[in-house]
Amino acid sequence: MADNIKQRPIYRNIHVSQIVAYRLPPAGIVSILHRVSGALMFLLLPFAVWLLDVSLSTEVSYERFTNAFVGGIGWLPAWFVKLVVLGLIWSYLHHAIAGLRHLWMDVTHSVGLQQARLSALATLAISGVLTVLLGAKLFGLF
Amino acid sequence: MSDNFGSKRLVVGAHYGLRDWLSQRITAALMVLFTVALILQLLSGGPLGYDRWAGIFSQQWMKLLTFVTIVSLAVHAWVGMRDIWMDYVKPVGIRLLLQVATIVWLVGCAGWAVQVLWRL
Repeated sequence: MADNIKQRPIYRNIHVSQIVAYRLPPAGIVSILHRVSGALMFLLLPFAVWLLDVSLSTEVSYERFTNAFVGGIGWLPAWFVKLVVLGLIWSYLHHAIAGLRHLWMDVTHSVGLQQARLSALATLAISGVLTVLLGAKLFGLF
Repeated sequence: MSDNFGSKRLVVGAHYGLRDWLSQRITAALMVLFTVALILQLLSGGPLGYDRWAGIFSQQWMKLLTFVTIVSLAVHAWVGMRDIWMDYVKPVGIRLLLQVATIVWLVGCAGWAVQVLWRL
């Protein structure tokens, strides 16, 4: 009995330096990006509320809102503002679609390996395509 | 199981996270509802300027839906950030500090957003 316990494989916590060496399945990638996008939106929340504030308050402040994407905000250039907004757009899309995937799994019990893999790939594809489209619009490509 | 009450009550295990799990899903559904309502209004109507943008948010039902969304976001982000701190920050003191900072951050942002909304 004591020998059996000794021979069991030991699973330690993954150290930060080992993260890149781990190859995650699609569902794992969706999962960690769900967390990353949520944390990013949490950190950028004051910026999002600021956008809401200047865009809604007055016509003058609305000018400041639109100018943020043309002349930047203070010493921050417009391309940087757009990049941050693009980060918000991706975060929102990925987080929302990955969240809907969770709700769908909860409701229909679609938690088989193949289903999880397919829905994870669909999540990455849909949020990726929508981010590219909205990003192209944001940077004035069309 | 018969002695699982009083001072011998089990304080860890199944269903203790149910409330967080459920509140995270309900608040998420409310935020999706807000998103759909906003997108539908943005897609219907003419060119987007200040008048139409502010007009969308000055309707009473949209104000209420936005208010519900702001509160939902704060609750949702609290559950999520608490999970992150619990997963990655082990020292109790630092974790408590980060959790308090999270609450201040979220309540502050929610208050600001409500202030913006109520001015309309």
